Amino acid sequence: MPEGATIPHPAVAALARRQTWRAIEALPWVLAVAAYFVFPAYLNLGSQILIMILFTLSLDLVLGYAGIISLGHAAFFGVGAYTAGLLAQAGWVEPISGLIAAGVITGFVGLASGFVILRTHGLTLLMLTLAVAAMLHEIANKAAAITGGTDGLHGMTFTPLLGLFRFDLFGRTAYLYSLAVLLVMFLIARRIVSSPFGRSLAGIRENPIRMQALGAPVSLRLIAIYTVGASMAGIAGALLTQTSQFVALRVLSFEMSGAVLIMLILGGVGRLYGAFVGTAIYMIVQDSAAKTTPYYWYFWLGWLLVLSVLFTRGGLIGVFERARKAVAAWKP
Amino acid sequence: MEALGPVLQATGLNKSFGALRVAENIDLCLRPGDRHALIGPNGAGKTTLVNILTGRTAPSSGSILLDRVDITRASQRERVRRGLVRTFQINTIFRGLSALENVTLAVAERTGAAANGWSRAYGPADAADEAFGLLEALGLAADALRPVQDLPYGRQRLVEIALALGLKPRVLLLDEPAAGVSSAESDGIISAIEALSTDIAILMIDHDMDLVFRFAKRITVLVRGAVLMEGEAADVAADRRVRETYLGLNA
Repeated sequence: MPEGATIPHPAVAALARRQTWRAIEALPWVLAVAAYFVFPAYLNLGSQILIMILFTLSLDLVLGYAGIISLGHAAFFGVGAYTAGLLAQAGWVEPISGLIAAGVITGFVGLASGFVILRTHGLTLLMLTLAVAAMLHEIANKAAAITGGTDGLHGMTFTPLLGLFRFDLFGRTAYLYSLAVLLVMFLIARRIVSSPFGRSLAGIRENPIRMQALGAPVSLRLIAIYTVGASMAGIAGALLTQTSQFVALRVLSFEMSGAVLIMLILGGVGRLYGAFVGTAIYMIVQDSAAKTTPYYWYFWLGWLLVLSVLFTRGGLIGVFERARKAVAAWKP
Repeated sequence: MEALGPVLQATGLNKSFGALRVAENIDLCLRPGDRHALIGPNGAGKTTLVNILTGRTAPSSGSILLDRVDITRASQRERVRRGLVRTFQINTIFRGLSALENVTLAVAERTGAAANGWSRAYGPADAADEAFGLLEALGLAADALRPVQDLPYGRQRLVEIALALGLKPRVLLLDEPAAGVSSAESDGIISAIEALSTDIAILMIDHDMDLVFRFAKRITVLVRGAVLMEGEAADVAADRRVRETYLGLNA
């Protein structure tokens, strides 16, 4: 094997090809842009879906790629949401810098909590993720003077985006802003998971003890991706605050952590695009079921989850992948 | 090459769990290129010794030098970085990944590439090129892209060895490299081990006497946590105590 070989072996090239962009990857973005023109009346729901996709994507980095099962991922979503809200109330009303500030602060919260809890594994870790979120929820609840408690945080305004686009009543700016942020975050996430670091996370997910024996700093790697995931969730939370000009205590709730987990499992774990499919379907079902049967929409959601767990190993993206393989194999 | 100093030198290793002494005053010395075997009946403390050497278990007393550097208290990671690498008795490879991805993980850890979260994996001049070379040398080129869980067990054992080689070991500890493998497949594994670079010092831990005597120039016999004898393979095979306490049991 010559040093500095410029032509990789076909087997190596085949691995590299798995990471290159495929045409189908344009589909969600084309759909998102099309939805802007086709469903102008649904742009508020649309922004919420885009924001939740970003939140789910951040969980996929942590759970799907690094194997850290979290029942408290809303902690970071909530911290980001409150950070953006409190900054705006304090006079920091420029949205993009506010978003970045929220991402940095949430990243620090992820770093600090990850440093403490990622020394543990399995059920202990699961309980600790839950505990961190529960504590933050209770702090936000009790510190009503700052956070508004159960009434939530409102009365904040933001300056027009890039000094040009006001956040309008129809949610046009909010939708395109959310879409742009999601795209940037997705590109970062995709870059990370296709990097050597991302591959080492796959090794840690498969077998942390063996990675240790290969000399990998396993805890450090987990803390790193946990911090990135936290920061991304915080940006999603901040985006929700900026586009809705309101923070509800719900952003820190266990319900929120559970919902994002369900969306990810529904769509498919460890696939990036699972976050898109699972979140969109969950929220569209939620929205339409809540309109037709406001009291029973959890019932329909329950069915959706039961069916997906029973019949769709690897989530909906998994079904899609198997179907594609079957079609490819069927060709003579 | 007699002038070469030891690459691994363990002196007076002791380990007790309460009143139970699992390692008693063990000395072990490996020079570059050594083919050394560690044998002993079940419960003799072979695995404990491997764990002490690799840093999974801390010795109660004694010292371990790797290239004259004291690594007695060094972390697993630090030892691996300095070239002390082991394989596992039971496959501990990354089952869902392909053979090439497996070995690439090891190479990327050694080169430090694995800390890079921004450039694309498997790009030009990637760790995967070197990993493929290792697979090729072990006759695994055709299996490079198959998930290792789909490979026959004997080939999986070779991937286990390839993982270790990806770390460029100076000292390689092979823990029962052919355990659980059919005799047809074990031949391939032994040939692969025999073909390894003579720069590497190898310590093989095994029960299989055919394998041990085919491979090892020197043998250390461990009984109840202590070294019963250490010497040339032929001397060990001829030793009365060894025959009585160990080989006799298997005869």
